[in-house]
Amino acid sequence: MTYAIQAEGLVKHFGDTVALDGVDLAARTGSVLGVLGPNGAGKTTAVRILATLLRPDAGRAWVDGHDVVRDAHQVRQLIGLTGQYASVDEMLTGTENLVMIGRLLEMPRREAKARAAELLERFELWDARDRATKTYSGGMRRRLDLAASLVGRPSVLFLDEPTTGLDPHARGGLWDTVRGLVSDGVTVLLTTQYLEEADQLADDIVVIDRGKAIAHGTPDELKNQVGGQVLQVRPLDGRDRETVAGLVSMVAGDGIQIEGDLITAPVIDPSVLPKVVRHLDDAGVIVAELTLRRSSLDEVFLSLTGHRAEETATHPELEGSPA
Amino acid sequence: MSVATLPAPRTLSRRVSPVSTVRHTLTLAWRTLVQIKHNPMELLDLSVQPIMFVLLFTYVFGGQMAGGDPTAYLQYALPGIIAQNALFATLNTGVGLNTDITKGVFDRLRALPISRMSPLAGRIMADTVKQAWSMGILLGMGIIIGFRVKTDVAGVIAALLLLVVMSFAVSWVSVLIGVLVSEPDKVQIFGFTTIFPLSFSSSAFVNINTMPGWMQAWAKINPVSFLADSTRGLINGGPVASPVTKTLISAVVLAVVFAPLAVRALRRRI
Repeated sequence: MTYAIQAEGLVKHFGDTVALDGVDLAARTGSVLGVLGPNGAGKTTAVRILATLLRPDAGRAWVDGHDVVRDAHQVRQLIGLTGQYASVDEMLTGTENLVMIGRLLEMPRREAKARAAELLERFELWDARDRATKTYSGGMRRRLDLAASLVGRPSVLFLDEPTTGLDPHARGGLWDTVRGLVSDGVTVLLTTQYLEEADQLADDIVVIDRGKAIAHGTPDELKNQVGGQVLQVRPLDGRDRETVAGLVSMVAGDGIQIEGDLITAPVIDPSVLPKVVRHLDDAGVIVAELTLRRSSLDEVFLSLTGHRAEETATHPELEGSPA
Repeated sequence: MSVATLPAPRTLSRRVSPVSTVRHTLTLAWRTLVQIKHNPMELLDLSVQPIMFVLLFTYVFGGQMAGGDPTAYLQYALPGIIAQNALFATLNTGVGLNTDITKGVFDRLRALPISRMSPLAGRIMADTVKQAWSMGILLGMGIIIGFRVKTDVAGVIAALLLLVVMSFAVSWVSVLIGVLVSEPDKVQIFGFTTIFPLSFSSSAFVNINTMPGWMQAWAKINPVSFLADSTRGLINGGPVASPVTKTLISAVVLAVVFAPLAVRALRRRI
């Protein structure tokens, strides 16, 4: 198996703050690696190191076998980068931005123009091609950002929170684009705080929290890792809540959560469901809701990190420029 | 249609060739100049402001300055106005750089396989073109209302070259500020609060003999005086060797001190 992206023990400090504390990553060639974590977890720092924008304090990383520090120039010939921090020039038009990048990539003028036109059409920006990009909407600009990172036909693409702030329609469009790129053989590393996004797109997921990779695997493996399934019980009468909670924890063990009248517990053994039904029946509790389902990535995240994915982390400034 | 069809495994170049470095720099200079097309205010800045300065200095101060003869004052002050304008124009470099860094354009460029120096070099090159443009406007406007070149074309060209050299040196200060401050507007504010007093406490607009002694002492060693005196000498005639030498020394000192500081600050910031 070959890996298009590999990182071993990446460490990065900004002053006293530890942004990365020994992170390992690996993305199989032609796959999508989702890097999942809350704000400030260190995702952007990791991407900036892999994209040669930042030197790690310790650890090494390779893109297609090229060291991102020592062979940075080679790495730059292979990658595309789209993120909140790699942006297009607002004062130029869509066409001018893409032509400029084509020219910087040593394309002859004619080829640079043709490539720009092709991408503008593909990303539905053709009608806006001659407008300064400062007049573009957020979604249009994001599409142009992505187009800009594809001018050089990269074989490895870094997408740093590509859909943050996009509406659901634009988000879906971007997902389709990523799937198309992957089917063309591009390796994608995608950071996101949206579990659904990682679930939808990623072949493998690395969960990063506070500068450490705390879990990795396929979405299914991660879901199985934390109990696999979730049992939820809601008594019809709220006064039965304590009784139900007691019954569920007796059957399912530790880790139950109570939100309002809803009792949730991670379970591994599917036979708990009939047991719970029996106990509830014996206790004479009538339930309004009783379900056993696979855990969502959200719950995986919660159980791994102890906090929810969308929660604002303690060091949001780490995601920004270190200045 | 497949957008990102992968080419056959490509051969990767090991480094950026000098020819490519020049090409990248030219492309990025082009990019900075094309921005003007979409931001006509900038062209106004580069044209109207110089014209305004020439008119104001000539017709507001001129009458009182040189025995009631605005044209005589224009003849004295225009080289100083050109020098001051050149200093102000260096702010463009810092403002543009700061904008690129804060907006993320700089990161996009740095992730491309291009020469490391070309983003900065392209910007400085484009700003030099803008410099030449506003110098031309200043000189042209001056000539329309009565300024005369007393030397020759060679003198004017030498003056322009000297201004470009000095601007290049000063633009390192601008780069340093552009890297250190958090937003583009702050570069402007910093620039105005330093360049205004610097250029007025020099021989740019008045004979320094009219200043109080302590200010004369400063004006005599103020690099803006050297630049203004050189420009005046090269366009109006008069002593050239001494002010030009002092200007060049100042430029070298500025560049030697501020270029490494600016580059170091840039490396830290990005």
